[in-house]
Amino acid sequence: MHAWAVQTFNSVAFAGLLFLLASGFTLIFGLMKIPNMAHGACFMLGAYVGYSVIQAGLPFFVAVAAAGVALALLGAIVERVVLRRMEANEFAQVLATVGIGFIIADASLWIWGGDALQIPEPAWLRGPVRMGDLVVPKYRIALIVCAAVAALALWLLVDKTRLGAMIRAGVDNPNIARAMGIRVSTLSTFVFCLGSALVGMGGVLGAPIISIYPGLDFDMLPLAFIVVILGGIGSLAGAFVGSIVIGFIYTFGQAWVADLAYVILFLPMALVLIVRPQGLFGRPAA
Amino acid sequence: MSRPVLLLARFLVSVLASGCASLAIAQSDSIRIGLLMVKTGPFAAPGKQMEDGLTQFLRERNYTLAGRKVELITADTAANPAVAKTKTQELIERNKVHVLVGPLAASDMLAIDDLIRAAQIPIIASSAAAEDLTQRKLNPWFVRSAGSSGQISHAMADYAAKDLKYKRVAIVADDLTFSQEVVAGFQHVFEESGGKVVQKIFSPISTPDYATYVTQLKPNLDAVFISFSGANGPRFLKAFGDYGLRGKVAVLAGMTTVDEAILNTMSDDVIGVLSSGWYSAATENPENRKFVADFRAANKADPGLYAVGAYSAGLFLEQAVIAVNGKVEDKQAFMKALKSVRIKASPRGEIRLDDYANPIVNAYIRRVERKDGRLMNVVLKTYPNVSQFWSYDPKAFLANPVYSREWPPAKNLE
Repeated sequence: MHAWAVQTFNSVAFAGLLFLLASGFTLIFGLMKIPNMAHGACFMLGAYVGYSVIQAGLPFFVAVAAAGVALALLGAIVERVVLRRMEANEFAQVLATVGIGFIIADASLWIWGGDALQIPEPAWLRGPVRMGDLVVPKYRIALIVCAAVAALALWLLVDKTRLGAMIRAGVDNPNIARAMGIRVSTLSTFVFCLGSALVGMGGVLGAPIISIYPGLDFDMLPLAFIVVILGGIGSLAGAFVGSIVIGFIYTFGQAWVADLAYVILFLPMALVLIVRPQGLFGRPAA
Repeated sequence: MSRPVLLLARFLVSVLASGCASLAIAQSDSIRIGLLMVKTGPFAAPGKQMEDGLTQFLRERNYTLAGRKVELITADTAANPAVAKTKTQELIERNKVHVLVGPLAASDMLAIDDLIRAAQIPIIASSAAAEDLTQRKLNPWFVRSAGSSGQISHAMADYAAKDLKYKRVAIVADDLTFSQEVVAGFQHVFEESGGKVVQKIFSPISTPDYATYVTQLKPNLDAVFISFSGANGPRFLKAFGDYGLRGKVAVLAGMTTVDEAILNTMSDDVIGVLSSGWYSAATENPENRKFVADFRAANKADPGLYAVGAYSAGLFLEQAVIAVNGKVEDKQAFMKALKSVRIKASPRGEIRLDDYANPIVNAYIRRVERKDGRLMNVVLKTYPNVSQFWSYDPKAFLANPVYSREWPPAKNLE
């Protein structure tokens, strides 16, 4: 019973991390149909930016915000200067974003060096807390709360606001949305910034657990893919459910059959793709 | 999907880079050393230590050995076997090196093994630790200046069983040949000394979060033995502390886990970890004090196993070059001299080679402590003259299968 409870907690905490990682990816893909291959690099860059801000003596959550702002700016530049020129050409977009990912990774190596860096969590979130006979780290509780807040905020934004309605219209049919006077192009930039900011903040929030090191980008990218493909590309609800499903599968898979952790991780994705190619919450391709 | 793209890009980058490299071959009177190291990717930090260690040696000797000038040519293998092969070929055929030092990773070494045999180029492996290279699959052109994977874990196991009187230990390690060999060496001696390995977990190399592994450790453990490289060690220790295990269960580690190359990027979670290694920057002897002082002055970092392994390779070279009066072109004589190297004093103490070209060295039991504001591996005990075969007879040892995930079999798992 105890082992179950601990691993359930671990699953939810890991799911929180996955959602912070994957929601930006799915948001961008949903509206712009851009598979952002630099997404893992953005996660890593966010973490590095956060590291520098903390080194400068600023508090942890300021670092989270700073990484969000920095990545939003980078996102705006990338979208306006590079991706705008290759609209609807997915191959070009994939190659361009892969390239941008490499540039970010090499620049990070140049600036922050090859050593693994640690971001300490805020002092008041350090250490474990006892809940009955369960020992869980405070920081992971905070991570779950952050992910839940992000999910709620995104849901409200997309489902309940005028901006959200415009984004949804743009996803459904960009041409008609344009005809209705929605500036889909500006909206795209906004969404790209938002997605980048989310993943940048996710990088800082994840860093106390996973640390920052060269190669983190390509360790995280497949996880984002799995979550998003399982949940349905472009669907926020899909990313949410996908994160939870993968969080549980990954954690319990490791606990039961550690040797097959990766098989267990990719197997559900393969199964879903066979039975439901569009993912759990995705819509069939037109 | 990302991996092939990544590999392709790395390949292209390496091809371009080598195309631009200078074709100049120095005048024929200099000794050319090819250093296979890593400048890019996750192993960049230890790779830099290799280069720093060897250049420190060459600076001390004013780039001259036995009256001949020495030229150092470095190549970045990116810790990628395919790249390692290309780079080695280049060093041999284009740069016409007389001797190779490196590479960093065992996988690189295994990839270039055939090349070395065919070209008959002496190589001094300054960190690649794969057991069989100096055991069951000897290469006549291969000498190791570091040590084999399991060699030093034997000492850790002895210390855990006899000095610490530990009985129940769990193992968590990277699912990599290197770590499998490290923990196999530990298990072998620990269980033969009366201890029990009650749990063995090999986690994937890219494990973002160790919470699952930490929380499934068995109860009532005396210690957990870990072997990780790079960022995995600190990540494991972080989760270990987060879940309240720090201070309750002792942590024993393989050498790379708390190596000086990465030690000072870690948090205080690492304080108290015991490890065994064939070097510690905190070793007290005159050679090491000078070595560490010079290294710190030049690189603003403490030297670790990769630095001192490459520095030791330099010491090997010097002795062998002097033995053949600088005639490194006489490969057979040079190789013979390399294999009979005996270093009386070095930063890690005396080094001599066994009949299989693997060093017999001091093994140090070390404890991570914070001193003078930095983290150090303080030496608790020194085991002198430790061979890769520990106290076993080499013939009997070699009759067993090589250390691996399956061997020695874990009979006490719960």
